[in-house]
Amino acid sequence: MPDLLIELFSEEIPARMQTRAGEDLKKRITDGLVEGGLTYAGAAALTTPRRLTLAVEGLLAESPTIREERKGPKVGAPDKAVEGFLRGAGITRDQLEERDTPKGAVYFATIEKPGRPAAEIVAEVLEATIRNFPWPKSMRWGGGALRWVRPLHSILCILSDETGTQVVPLEVEGIASGDSTEGHRFMAPGRFSVASFEDYAAKLKRAFVVLSPAERAEHIWNDAQNLAFAAGLDVVEDKGLLAEVAGLVEWPVVLMGEIDAEFLDLPPEVLQTSMKEHQKFFSVRNPKTGRIERFITVANRETADNGATILAGNQKVLSARLADAKFFWENDLRVATSDMSQWTDALENVTFHNKLGSQGDRIRRIAALARELAPVTGADADQAEKAAKLAKADLNSEMVYEFPELQGLMGRYYIEAAGEDVAVAAVAQEHYSPLGPSDEVPTASLSVAVALADKLDTLTGFWAIDEKPTGSKDPFALRRAALGVIRLVLENGLRLRLDRFFDSQLVRAESAIHDALPSENVEDLLQEIARHGVFGAAFRAVREKTGDLQAAEFLSLEERVPDVSDDLLSFFHDRLKVFLRDEGIRHDIIDACIAMEGNDDLNLLVKRARALNAVIATGDGENLVQGFKRANNILTQAEEKDGVEYSFGADAKFAETESEKTLFAALDAAQDRIAPALEAEDFPAAMSAMAGLRAPIDAFFEEVQVNTDNDIVRRNRLNLLSQIRTVCSSVADLTRIEG
Amino acid sequence: MTDQTSAPRSFQEIILRLQTYWASKGCAVLQPYDMEVGAGTFHPATTLRALGSKPWAAAYVQPSRRPTDGRYGENPNRLQHYYQYQVLIKPSPPDLQELYLGSLEAIGIDMDLHDIRFVEDDWESPTLGAWGLGWEVWCDGMEVSQFTYFQQVGGHDCAPVSGELTYGLERLAMYVLGIDHVMDMPFNDPQSPSPLTYGDIFKQTEEEYARWNFDVANTEVLLRHFEEAEAECAAILAQEHDDPKTGKRIVMAHPAYDQCIKASHIFNLLDARGVISVTERQAYIGRVRALAKQCADAFVQTGAGGYQAAAQ
Repeated sequence: MPDLLIELFSEEIPARMQTRAGEDLKKRITDGLVEGGLTYAGAAALTTPRRLTLAVEGLLAESPTIREERKGPKVGAPDKAVEGFLRGAGITRDQLEERDTPKGAVYFATIEKPGRPAAEIVAEVLEATIRNFPWPKSMRWGGGALRWVRPLHSILCILSDETGTQVVPLEVEGIASGDSTEGHRFMAPGRFSVASFEDYAAKLKRAFVVLSPAERAEHIWNDAQNLAFAAGLDVVEDKGLLAEVAGLVEWPVVLMGEIDAEFLDLPPEVLQTSMKEHQKFFSVRNPKTGRIERFITVANRETADNGATILAGNQKVLSARLADAKFFWENDLRVATSDMSQWTDALENVTFHNKLGSQGDRIRRIAALARELAPVTGADADQAEKAAKLAKADLNSEMVYEFPELQGLMGRYYIEAAGEDVAVAAVAQEHYSPLGPSDEVPTASLSVAVALADKLDTLTGFWAIDEKPTGSKDPFALRRAALGVIRLVLENGLRLRLDRFFDSQLVRAESAIHDALPSENVEDLLQEIARHGVFGAAFRAVREKTGDLQAAEFLSLEERVPDVSDDLLSFFHDRLKVFLRDEGIRHDIIDACIAMEGNDDLNLLVKRARALNAVIATGDGENLVQGFKRANNILTQAEEKDGVEYSFGADAKFAETESEKTLFAALDAAQDRIAPALEAEDFPAAMSAMAGLRAPIDAFFEEVQVNTDNDIVRRNRLNLLSQIRTVCSSVADLTRIEG
Repeated sequence: MTDQTSAPRSFQEIILRLQTYWASKGCAVLQPYDMEVGAGTFHPATTLRALGSKPWAAAYVQPSRRPTDGRYGENPNRLQHYYQYQVLIKPSPPDLQELYLGSLEAIGIDMDLHDIRFVEDDWESPTLGAWGLGWEVWCDGMEVSQFTYFQQVGGHDCAPVSGELTYGLERLAMYVLGIDHVMDMPFNDPQSPSPLTYGDIFKQTEEEYARWNFDVANTEVLLRHFEEAEAECAAILAQEHDDPKTGKRIVMAHPAYDQCIKASHIFNLLDARGVISVTERQAYIGRVRALAKQCADAFVQTGAGGYQAAAQ
């Protein structure tokens, strides 16, 4: 069985596209081969900056012959029908076979698709793959029409087995296949022929090309670590950079250089970012001082001077880059230590969103909310306001303009340099967190207050202008913001009613959107919300105070704010369901808890959900839910029929049966345990008391007919069911549990 | 003087070697375009000649102006006026990378000692409505050239595709000559009777232009010039293709394109003066792009742009 080797040799392929391109080549070729009837034992794709290579082992030498039998019209059917059948089957009349069937004589055709040699199939599949390759970006070159990521120069395509090697003939836009390739561009120019994959890989290595990206990466990482280790230093690990660098070289040569002493006092993150982004250097750290002191660069060749010229050149370029960074750093520090309002003032002229005003407007809203949130997180309100006002100042620093990924971190350095409290400075860096599901959640009370305010402002702002995420579109990363709030609240165990903060921040957003809103009314309203904790009462209070004379814009808030606020809360509930799904908590369990009072207190909600989930997971819990539903159904039907609500006065003295009496006693006992448990928000204890009702409820339904002829007994039993309903609904709305 | 094996000694020697090299490879060595432009790409020998089907091969130095980059001659690497070396070959030859590497050798870069790399960098000019794929070429970690296969110019697909090479001459020369501050770079042979440095020639002009660009240029006049150039461009292109005086078909793509170049440079000056807000910026770029597109549309209606009258 032959092996197949394909190499598509081109000008330099962008590093970030190589891995994917290797996978695409493998998938498209092997899918095509299998479709053409050629099975294979194994396939591997390898890439370098100039080549995509695919090695397929143990390919069938030819595709198997396929026989297909087709049933045709009856013997004696009209000629037209027979001819149609012949056309469809691609055979002639004399090839037809007559066979007797229970329904009479029928024509049969046997269609034979003869096997084809592998070379033919490979050529077709490869040509189609080249012409339709899914590059993220492709181009034309010269006078041709073919598209490739960069000009394609040669196609190597051979089948080899113990008897020898055969070029698979094909031609794509003037590029004919062959059995040759090139070595390293500078160290071993010139073409050579290969006979098999082993031969190819060995000859490439002699021609200074390491074919495997994994091998190049490993080589780079080992050499980098050895060089650093020998100097008593550590390489800062960066897997993304390693993969990228491995995609920029065919023959990696690792060199370590020094960073000029005048730059060593720059913040390590600045050195690291500048070296990585501009030069693709690894940072080398002194483990004793924590400072970045050297760099590792990876050249694509060996030289007679052992890389001395290359290293000197890189060092020089780095110095020019770092001179820029140092210039930014020093200028920024000058601003930070003299008057940072230069930056914060400039944010007034930066648009955040054309409906929601400038960054300056936004920062004021965040600062106001941070003040309100400070008592919840345990922070000082004045400090929270101050920290919020400074947290985004660095957006106007020169360093962040140059390296946007350093936003926040630079703010922290600059605010500290300005002599502010370190906790205030830390807010600049931490208030953006958590950015992703694996990002850490801040815990410092000031940072938590501002981080919450920042995200809640974003959410309420975009909700107020009706720019909500739809389907896969979430351009303002609002889902991420909501998840951030959820994690900040849960992981810090914060107890707060979100609703109130939604309302006040929505009012602030409305005031940014509608210039016509009188600012004194807005201020009054915000104060009343802070006092009452609910929007409706606050709105009425302002209205009573000032009469009905407010602007129409203000009056329209009465309905709009609660509507938008409710909608935002249900968005949070949806995100919470997604978040808790990872814990294995079903959405209906969460729904049952959302139906309870206080569902904007996320910690309370999650406590309920976890307790309910734990009980449902047991047999008692599952049966309790069944018992509850049965009681509830009987009760609801009776209530509908009788037009009354049975909610009072079940009396044990009308109990006729033993199980009825037991249930009375059990309910009383459970209630005695549940009430204090609820008081203490000890939902697991409440739920376990409830689960204890399972047996008496089951026994009751086993023995007792609720709807008896004796009206007094019937009413008493319905009232007893009502007691079950009340007790069982004290933690969650069990009617929402599915199944 | 052009001993290709030795190291060059001056800025001008590097330019001369590039001229000689690309002439030897069959390029027409053109002169700079006589207008203020932001980059060598704006020369009609690139922008317009990249369009249409006719073969083309040109190389030239183009003085380029970027008013916002002025630093009064004090920054070692930044200038508001600098030189680009530009090569455009259509269709792009299959050995363009090798030709390019040959040019580096010609200016004294020893391929056996240096690390040359082609690092992904796609090129796009929003003002010209042009884009291409290619690389920035690194020599020992420094970007020494931009290498682009043009895919579109002025909104037109390039067919055939041109290969464009752009060398930032000062930076490249500083590297080859081992100079740290551009103003210290020998412009002519330092052994000549009157050696001149780059600073001798350009330090004063950098100061003068930086002051004018940033603080003095009359923005009202510039805004008016912008509008006028835009209107003139449209007026030129609105003319009949057939000249009523001579009766000949004369599509005035180049005169119109001059107005586009003018508008583009005025926009850069206005930008340096800080009178263009972030939102306005996009609108101005869009207006220049619209001009460039109309000029490209006109150029493909000319003989040089591959137009052939149906009757001929």
